[in-house]
Amino acid sequence: MLDFYGTTLANGFMLGTAQYPSPAILADAFRRSQASVATVSLRRESGQDRAGQDFWQMIRALDVHILPNTAGCHSVKEAVTTAHMAREVFDTKWIKLEVIGEEDTLQPDVFGLVEAARILTEDGFQVFPYTTEDLVVADRLLHAGCEVLMPWGAPIGSGLGLNNLFGLRAMRAHFPDVPLVIDAGLGLPSQAAQAMELGFDAVLLNTAVAKAGDPAAMAEAFAIAIRAGQLAATADPMEPRDMAAPSTPVIGKAFLL
Amino acid sequence: MKLQLNGAMIETQAEVLAGLLDEQGFTGAKIATAVNGDFVPAPARAAQPLKDGDRIEVLAPMQGG
Repeated sequence: MLDFYGTTLANGFMLGTAQYPSPAILADAFRRSQASVATVSLRRESGQDRAGQDFWQMIRALDVHILPNTAGCHSVKEAVTTAHMAREVFDTKWIKLEVIGEEDTLQPDVFGLVEAARILTEDGFQVFPYTTEDLVVADRLLHAGCEVLMPWGAPIGSGLGLNNLFGLRAMRAHFPDVPLVIDAGLGLPSQAAQAMELGFDAVLLNTAVAKAGDPAAMAEAFAIAIRAGQLAATADPMEPRDMAAPSTPVIGKAFLL
Repeated sequence: MKLQLNGAMIETQAEVLAGLLDEQGFTGAKIATAVNGDFVPAPARAAQPLKDGDRIEVLAPMQGG
């Protein structure tokens, strides 16, 4: 059973809410994904059109767990302040903590990330850190109070899949009891299945669904893949080998030369 | 006085943050606020004084990944 900070989730599908062609397609994608978590953000609101208010009503109607992010924050101060604002608006202790360190790759500033995670944990937040597969950083995040780790698969929005299989496999082996989520970089359902087959507990994605030609169909495809990968991981996969091994029994074969 | 609201310069008669929010059409909205980069919780808005040149941020739920 998937458990994040004492909250049990029905499945390991966490889906973003950005970049969909329309609110109706977003809602349809969520229905077919059966995702258990929706990621959201905070942006400047206009007193005239109050666009955020309509969006909030729609998200509430999805009846999923809400995970606000600190996307776009480049400093500890920005991220911590945004987290406080998100906690008040969304009424949740959960925060997807992003402290971005580099513009081209959007990779996390892991030094700022650890510092912000410590500050927020001490203030009662339940932090979901967007991090790399670096084991030392992971260990520092756990010591800072994080009970979930979210390593990237590939740069945000790239759709490249799992760029560092060795690193991710090592991370899984190194922290067998920590819930691990692949966050960002997935482009295809097969990549999500692969993440789950490696033993990851969940995947978080957005662009792969929102930017597909048919987002709702892609959402369902990811749901099936995540379920398949998760089931395969629990089914104890066979060990790969270099040489062939006949699957059909050799004993009893007719002598027909 | 003049101050910045979400990056735009505005003229206001409000003396506290809560008054500014009412004046600018945010009454009853689900928002979070910051003044000069510091979070101001909802219960503190009525007592949050404003001064010329302050930078006010008013944020609301939005799409995110």
